[in-house]
Amino acid sequence: MADLGKIKQDHQRFKQIVRGKIKDNLRKYMSEGELTGRQGKDTVKVPVPRIDLPRFKYGDKNTGGVGSGEGEVGDIIGRGDEAPGEGGPGEAGEGEGDKALEVDVTYEELAEIMAEELELPNIEPKGQKTIETTDTEYTDIRKTGPESLRHFKRTFKEALKRQIASGEYDPEDPVVIPIKEDRRYRAPEEDTQPESNAVILYMMDVSGSMGDEQKEIVRIESFWIDTWLRHQYTGIETRYIIHDATAKEVDRHTFFHTRESGGTMISSAYNLACEILEEEYPVSEWNVYPFHFSDGDNWSVDDTKECMKILKERIVPRSNMFAYGQVESPYGSGQFIKDLGEHFADQERVTLSEIENRDGIYDSIQEFLGKGL
Amino acid sequence: MRFIKSIPPHIRDLIGNIRSVAQDKYGLDFFETIFEMVDYKTMNEIAAFGGFPTRYPHWRFGMEYDQLSKSHTYGLSKIYEMVINNDPSYAYLLEGNNLVDQKTVISHVYAHVDFFKNNYYFSKTNRNMVDEMANHGARMRRYVDKHGIEKVEDFVDTCLSLENLIDYHAPFIERRGAEDDSEDDGEVPKFEAKSYMEDYINPDEFLEEQKQKLEEQRERKKKVPSEPQRDILRFLIDQAPLEDWEADILSMIREEAYYFAPQRQTKIMNEGWASYWHSKILTEEILDDSEIVDFADIHSGVMATPQGGFNPYKVGIELYRHIEERWNQGKFGKEWEEIDDMERKSHWDKQLGLGRDKIFEVRKLYNDVTFIDEFLTEEFVREQNLFTYEYNPKQDTWEIASRQFEQIKEKLLRRLTNFGEPFIFVKDGNFRNRAELLLHHKWEGTPLQMDQAKEVLESLERVWKRPVNLETRFEDEGLLMSFDGDEHTHESWDYESI
Repeated sequence: MADLGKIKQDHQRFKQIVRGKIKDNLRKYMSEGELTGRQGKDTVKVPVPRIDLPRFKYGDKNTGGVGSGEGEVGDIIGRGDEAPGEGGPGEAGEGEGDKALEVDVTYEELAEIMAEELELPNIEPKGQKTIETTDTEYTDIRKTGPESLRHFKRTFKEALKRQIASGEYDPEDPVVIPIKEDRRYRAPEEDTQPESNAVILYMMDVSGSMGDEQKEIVRIESFWIDTWLRHQYTGIETRYIIHDATAKEVDRHTFFHTRESGGTMISSAYNLACEILEEEYPVSEWNVYPFHFSDGDNWSVDDTKECMKILKERIVPRSNMFAYGQVESPYGSGQFIKDLGEHFADQERVTLSEIENRDGIYDSIQEFLGKGL
Repeated sequence: MRFIKSIPPHIRDLIGNIRSVAQDKYGLDFFETIFEMVDYKTMNEIAAFGGFPTRYPHWRFGMEYDQLSKSHTYGLSKIYEMVINNDPSYAYLLEGNNLVDQKTVISHVYAHVDFFKNNYYFSKTNRNMVDEMANHGARMRRYVDKHGIEKVEDFVDTCLSLENLIDYHAPFIERRGAEDDSEDDGEVPKFEAKSYMEDYINPDEFLEEQKQKLEEQRERKKKVPSEPQRDILRFLIDQAPLEDWEADILSMIREEAYYFAPQRQTKIMNEGWASYWHSKILTEEILDDSEIVDFADIHSGVMATPQGGFNPYKVGIELYRHIEERWNQGKFGKEWEEIDDMERKSHWDKQLGLGRDKIFEVRKLYNDVTFIDEFLTEEFVREQNLFTYEYNPKQDTWEIASRQFEQIKEKLLRRLTNFGEPFIFVKDGNFRNRAELLLHHKWEGTPLQMDQAKEVLESLERVWKRPVNLETRFEDEGLLMSFDGDEHTHESWDYESI
């Protein structure tokens, strides 16, 4: 009865609307619904865009509602846009104001989402190949895992065993309550595949004009870049450089939490990048991805000249791609991206992107990674 | 029984088995139900189309699909079943569900179909909607071929933002016959005259003038609804200057809105009823001992309520059980209500055994609003731990506001009445004597969401093709919102209730 493929047209059309390719008038009704995923310590948002056509309605915040559960009058049961939700099977994510949903997501899955959402091409890696592992079938059982893979019967059995062993179990009142230690999860058995290596070198301008919002944009964007490149390469290293008038290498945490003041000498970062790359990452073995984020307000015309020279002679030739992301800030002149544009207009391996605000992140990732380099 | 061939034999037997138990032992009364087994992709697809795989093309089905398949992929939700209100009914089972899942779903489905067939609010729905939807699909595709996808889809989008402007009670109201259009034959009445006197007694200029007046009059009579109407879509179909294909699309969307309305009006009752019966049928008749744990897992998943949230399945099933118990024990009527002693009241048991009959009656005559209004008791509210919550703008938090029975009941009824949406009427189709449209928002103490209201006015203007106005209130001020096709204006307004 179902005509398979019919939904594909509607789905395709919806995705085109979301990407702003058709029916631009609808984009203003778009809300970025999201599934909140966890990947290690990071929280990631799996976008589930919705377009809700306007209606005559009351705002939830004006009307409130009825819920159930423990708690005293005055107790907080939700924050901000996360109004208490509706339960029931298959209801997850329906309606506005539902609680953000937490899912465990692997990098692999995230990357698939990216490929799907952003239509990113795969990268043709270079370098030596060694052996490394990847996932296949879910036939193994483990004590930890995502809830979506919980093996109910095994868990129940473990709980029963424990309760019988400890004498808690009463056949007259057979209540079995699994605790954390009882939980069992399905897990993948592993298989092998060749690997290749890549290094991502992040450089960020931390001069006074880069505010918290600008840094947050860089953080989100770099997370997705990491995810994508991790999907493409199996051995990934990441290095972080911050700069104002001088540059230094830092760890990941410092990278996103440093506030400096003072001027901007971009060449300082590029020089340091060259040192790191030339000493530690021979071109024959490594795929190299330098990403530089700044608000584009360099100190002087001379320094900009110096930058172009370093890029042209020492960085671009040894990189798969050099990417520059310019985050809009209220203070910057934003000149640097224009200078780069003039110098590298014909260079396929230099990618430039202007990121206006958080909404611009997807487009920017697409610009960076859309060439498949 | 008819089957689509994809159903494996052991499931067929199961369906037959559950069907006779439901019918013969428990007295459920359903349409013939055709089961089909589908994989999860097809299930997501059918669900995205609201159960009708033949529906017209539109991006929002793609959006639903996007959401369903993503939450499926990440294990957040799984659609166990889909069932269509139609005669015969169609039900879809998910391939790869384990046997206990299937047993639960099949029982659940039969109870839904019993509800579709017997509940009063479904009595006017089109029971041949599967064909009707396919028909809509074909018509819409024809318009797309003729006018292009952009144009047709834009118009559908416009209509969809007006989709809820219907009168949910309209199908049950006997309409008066067409209003005195007997003398309205379009002819100008003439004075009797001999043919040679005709030009003097009925001069052409006079006739022309009369004709114009008559037309204006008719125009005005036609445009102004004699009393404010809630079925704004009907009004637009009749009165707005639409092309034939536009009017047809608007009426398809209106028809579908009326078809789906009872499902929204009886969400708590319908899901509660289906859950009540799957639980009863499985635990009493269908499960063997080894399956009970798996069933408990499934059932508790259905009943789970997120912290602070509201689960219609849970509230529904519990309320039926509450009613059944009360009528079994005779906890109703004047005698019981007048007892002051709480202790005595809770131990009251006249052993009437009327519970089962009562819930069958309830499923026939009530909708969510009347169900809650009539049967929600203080005792039930306490047992179910219900509360009201409000938004606190100072802290940007949602807080428990009350555990008082009266307040909980009132809030719940308010959320359910008209689905918690505003009541909007069309009041005048010739507003300011300039063929402008005037709508009326019935004030209930809460202002409309203004940004959305403006957008809807734009949709209305696209249909009406003349300026549109909405009278409403904002706090204590009457307000007239207007959109003339170019810009939005508003002025203070002498708001009168209707």
